[in-house]
Amino acid sequence: MNIFDRMMSLDRRWVFLLLALVCVITYAIPFPIKINVTNEVSSVFNFIDTLKENDIIFVAIDYDPNSLAEMHPMTYSIVEHAFRKKLKIIFTSLSQNGPGMADLAIRDIGDSIRVTKTYNGITYQGREVVNGIDYVFLGYKPYPALVIVGMGQNFRLPFPTDYYGTPLDDHPLMQGVQNFDQVKCVIDISGTSGVDMWITYGQGRYNFPLALGLTGVMAADYYPYLNSGQVFGILGGLLGAAQYEKMADNPGRAIDGMRVQLYAHMVIILFIILGNVGFLMSRQKKRL
Amino acid sequence: MEVMSMGTFLWTSLGAFLTLATFSFLYKDNPMYKLAEHLVVGVSAGYFVIILWHNGLQPNLFSRLDDGNFYFFWLNSSRPWYIIPAILGAMMWTRFSKKWSWVSRWPIAMYLGIATGLSIPLEMRNRVNMQLYSTMREVNWENFFGNGFLDPTAGYSGLLIFLGVLAALFYFFFSKEHTGLFKGVARFGIWILMIGFGTSFGYTVMARISLFIQRIQVLGDYTKISWSGASGAFLTVWFITFGIFVALGLYELAKYIGNRRTAA
Amino acid sequence: MKRQLPLILVFIFGVFMIFQYFVPHESSEWVFEFLLDWVYIIGIFALALGIWSLVRVSWDKIHKRKENWPYAIVTLFGLAAMIFFGFDYGRHFFSAEGLENFMFRHFFDYIMIPIQATMFSLLAFFIASAAYRAFRARSLLATLLLMAALIVMLRFNPYLGSFVAEYMEKTASWLLNVPNLAAKRGIIIGVGLGIVATALKVILGIERNYLGKD
Repeated sequence: MNIFDRMMSLDRRWVFLLLALVCVITYAIPFPIKINVTNEVSSVFNFIDTLKENDIIFVAIDYDPNSLAEMHPMTYSIVEHAFRKKLKIIFTSLSQNGPGMADLAIRDIGDSIRVTKTYNGITYQGREVVNGIDYVFLGYKPYPALVIVGMGQNFRLPFPTDYYGTPLDDHPLMQGVQNFDQVKCVIDISGTSGVDMWITYGQGRYNFPLALGLTGVMAADYYPYLNSGQVFGILGGLLGAAQYEKMADNPGRAIDGMRVQLYAHMVIILFIILGNVGFLMSRQKKRL
Repeated sequence: MEVMSMGTFLWTSLGAFLTLATFSFLYKDNPMYKLAEHLVVGVSAGYFVIILWHNGLQPNLFSRLDDGNFYFFWLNSSRPWYIIPAILGAMMWTRFSKKWSWVSRWPIAMYLGIATGLSIPLEMRNRVNMQLYSTMREVNWENFFGNGFLDPTAGYSGLLIFLGVLAALFYFFFSKEHTGLFKGVARFGIWILMIGFGTSFGYTVMARISLFIQRIQVLGDYTKISWSGASGAFLTVWFITFGIFVALGLYELAKYIGNRRTAA
Repeated sequence: MKRQLPLILVFIFGVFMIFQYFVPHESSEWVFEFLLDWVYIIGIFALALGIWSLVRVSWDKIHKRKENWPYAIVTLFGLAAMIFFGFDYGRHFFSAEGLENFMFRHFFDYIMIPIQATMFSLLAFFIASAAYRAFRARSLLATLLLMAALIVMLRFNPYLGSFVAEYMEKTASWLLNVPNLAAKRGIIIGVGLGIVATALKVILGIERNYLGKD
């Protein structure tokens, strides 16, 4: 057996071990990384940054723990940015385990907002974000298409109460807020096919500005909607989240993770090259 | 570094244990992984039941009938018609019975009719019409060569989008054999599709690696204990757990080396 | 009536929904909202079928002592525990205190999240293994796919040197916004037409698989 045949028959657990070691070692050694911001991310940041105090935005947290890695950094940076600018937020969650993710995110971001911080040279005083005044969490209902269409008529149609069981009309934030017409934009942070529902049944029927936060697996598929104007911005995967964190001057898990991504990608590329070299050499040997 | 309470310490240790138990599948399937797998199935199902109850049935059904009485089947409530969708929903459960499964067809039919009727105009508008409108946009002839290297707003990029969309649609048109000029256009279509799949693959690699990176970040957080504040109890539990994993790892390594020697 | 009535119902509701989109009069909106209100409730009952299925399969496994039956006990324990905590230790059925229950939240944060997130993170290793064993540039098409993937993966790599890195970034951006866009747009249009065709077949009664067998 020559070296190339041995390469081809290598136990895959050695590949796993190498990748794990590279990622763990890179994580342990801090170093800076340059993040270039693309237009599709800067459009989302600029839209939220130019909104006025007390404007209402709608954030749909439609992901499960399996896509938490890419989605949570997006949620944290967008929602913190919005709360710092004193925007009001209506949350919903149309994925099966999404309510737990949203509940966790709201609690964590609420803790973060209590601390005075400076972003992009502007100091934001710490404050409490109060349920019913600063935000409302509508909760979950199955079948996203029908729920989105229902919310477009009236939020109270699919959600007579919020996630915690309080009637929507009891919340000061919801006074005079009927449906998407009173909302400045919708940001769907999704790891599921619910994105298609928001584009087709939501933006397509009610014409509100829609931005998407997507997993890396899905991000490339939604550029046609960006080009056609159905969507005004896309945050794609951990890179998109890192770009938003950079624009918001709020470095977090995403920028931290991109350091490790750099080396992990180089390892994957090395595997692809080695695999192809081994394949070509084996093929040449067979021809001879 | 923050000082952990005993409760937080125990919960984070559970989370770390379950994370490592799931990772152990990479070596081979084992009882710890099976335990984690079956536990998450049950906990997820239970979580979903609670969410459906508190976020679904309670606000949309029970609270609307709450001024009625169970003993009158809620017919004395101010909105008794809400019993009908509940009955229709319960009819779905006859799906499991061989004799009565036909009853479930009625609510399914109602549901399917609403969903499909809703989808036709919206899918046609948003997936087909809007995409076709954007494809048919005028090519930027004034700035055909664009500004700088590979400009997406240049005229040639717009022309390539138009031709690429047409070619991709040609490729998927199976009612005519791919011969002659049609074959050439379909071939160009598959090239465009391959580039599209390649970019998706590049993003997919990033996505998958991100999932692992997040686990490393969380495990890193779990291990941040304030040494000055840590009691002997914390450290003892940590070292015992860590020791178990190291011992298992060494045992497996010894077995592996032994098997290699026997095979040689 | 066992097969005809469902077909009639699909047709009536389907046609009404299409009609309602083009005629958003107050009365059609009223009927539309009324139907949506009902459908939310019907849909929730349908999802309960899946949970019952899980309980039945797990119980069957334990009862008949099938392979790995002790793990089915773990599954049922998890299910029962979450339901117990979700109703606030059995104290609140018709109010949502259970959603803020300490144990309910902690089971979600420290059991569900770690295991689900870790299970999907295993894909990182499988993609590395697949990259080594399966991603071969066997043909022009495979080479095109690999090259596009490599460019996207290298787009933010500083070790290429600032000159190459800048052009790599621009190339990746162009690939995403031009050929990738064209490819995905073609797929989206095809999928859209397919969805419309299937929906029409269902409404017109040509597609009847949902009725099952008699």
